[in-house]
Amino acid sequence: MSDLIEDAGPGQNAHEYTVSEISGAVKRVLEGEFGYVRVRAEVGRVSRPRSGHLYFDLKDDRAVLNAVSWKGQVARMAVQPEEGMEVIATGRMTTFPGGSRYQLIVDNVEPAGEGALMAMLEKRKKALAADGLFAPERKQPLPFLPEVIGVVTSPSGAVIRDILHRLRDRFPRKVLVWPVAVQGQNCAAEVARAIEGFNALTPGGALPRPDLIIVARGGGSIEDLWGFNEEIVVRAAAASDIPLISAVGHETDTTLIDFAADRRAPTPTAAAEMAVPVRLELLGWVDDQGARMTRGMGQAVLLRRQRLADLSRALPRPEQLVEGARQRLDKWGDRLDPALRAATQRRRVKLAEAAAHLRPGLLRNAITAKRDRLEARISRLRPEALTRDITQKRRDLDQVAARLAAVARADLGQRRDRLAALERMRMSLGYEETLARGYAVVRSGEQVITTRVAAEAATALEIQFRDGRFAVGGKPAKKAMPKKPPEQGSLF
Amino acid sequence: MSDKPVNEMSFEEAMRALEQVVGQLERGDVPLEESITLYERGAELKKRCEAKLKEAEEKVAAITTDASGTPTGTRPLDEV
Repeated sequence: MSDLIEDAGPGQNAHEYTVSEISGAVKRVLEGEFGYVRVRAEVGRVSRPRSGHLYFDLKDDRAVLNAVSWKGQVARMAVQPEEGMEVIATGRMTTFPGGSRYQLIVDNVEPAGEGALMAMLEKRKKALAADGLFAPERKQPLPFLPEVIGVVTSPSGAVIRDILHRLRDRFPRKVLVWPVAVQGQNCAAEVARAIEGFNALTPGGALPRPDLIIVARGGGSIEDLWGFNEEIVVRAAAASDIPLISAVGHETDTTLIDFAADRRAPTPTAAAEMAVPVRLELLGWVDDQGARMTRGMGQAVLLRRQRLADLSRALPRPEQLVEGARQRLDKWGDRLDPALRAATQRRRVKLAEAAAHLRPGLLRNAITAKRDRLEARISRLRPEALTRDITQKRRDLDQVAARLAAVARADLGQRRDRLAALERMRMSLGYEETLARGYAVVRSGEQVITTRVAAEAATALEIQFRDGRFAVGGKPAKKAMPKKPPEQGSLF
Repeated sequence: MSDKPVNEMSFEEAMRALEQVVGQLERGDVPLEESITLYERGAELKKRCEAKLKEAEEKVAAITTDASGTPTGTRPLDEV
């Protein structure tokens, strides 16, 4: 039998494995020893093939560990590993005999501590804010009374029930629920697609486009809510043309969709309250308005009626207006006849008084008296005195006239005698008498020539003799002029 | 006052208009003839508001989608 058994050579007494055997043995040991581990690491390279599985590296400063999450596990993960993320990965170690590799099958990835996650959230928030997604001017006002409300949430659970209950209490509306996963890997993508989907509906189409969107989810851990921090969700909410209310988690939970939403509600119930007014209150309001309107109208009429009544009271009766005047008329009318009579009477009396003095006899007497006086005066007028005076004055005048004539005759005779004497003297003294004695007067025109020089200068000369004038050269003078007294002087 | 016909107004528009009418009537500075017209308009607006409030009908449906996430129609929401 011994030769049947190969001698074991030195070093050959160990068990000889096949590759598969040893690989299987390693796998068993590894899985047995590390069936459940938590590994703290930084996430390295992440790859997501189309299969839906997730391959990534976990590393620290000295070692690298391959990690994989199968499709189903990925869907359940609240937080997806991202490169650079500090995480605690939970899972089991296993080997991959086909590649001589060992790896960690990761069930769940948690950020290593709240701080790290919050830091990441803060970084993302800053980046989105820088894109203007949270700008106040992007906020749209909510419609006062939306006809159709779109709710993006899980179709089952307390959240949609709370919303519908509160809506029913306040103002029942048409509600379209877009069912989505509110946590896990698909959450973000589904929520984003739902928001976009509601916006894509046409108003009045088969599926009515909502006037308002509520994105709601109940409370949960930060990991549970993580989908609402995803960029695609935030961007979809910011881009929504339909006003959007976010109601994710409890009041203390803040996710990034809250910043991009037009309004943030602390709870799903609060979102329903923001969405619609209370119908009963509105009915009451409308009734109240109606009442106020009627009252206002009544008041307006009442006020005017009152005013009219006041004015009518203040308006005097027409009789009253003429009363005084009529009374005065009556009074004066009554006095008119007596007054006329009285006036006539008065005048008649005065007339009678005046007429009483009128006596033609008196007038005649007066005239007679005046005539008598006149006649008496006339009888006293004596023309003899006047005549005597006139006769005397005429005699005086005759005497004066006779004396005047005598004086005048005597004076005239004297003057005539003197004149004759003077004439005789003139005759004897005149130059013409000298002419008879042989003297002559030489003239040129009217000028008497007394010198030779003047005679030579004269154009024509005229010589006067006793019996007339004689022209020498030129024409004789037309008439003889008597010598002027200055010539006479020179002759003496 | 907007010129939009009352029966085309949304609840909110009708409400605003009604509020305005009431305010004007209450101030009482509108001539009587005009206030009658105003009152009639107010009554019409009130009717519109009441009609819109009466339309309060609850209808809840969930959207159904195809594989690509495109909405295909609605189905009643089971729960609630």
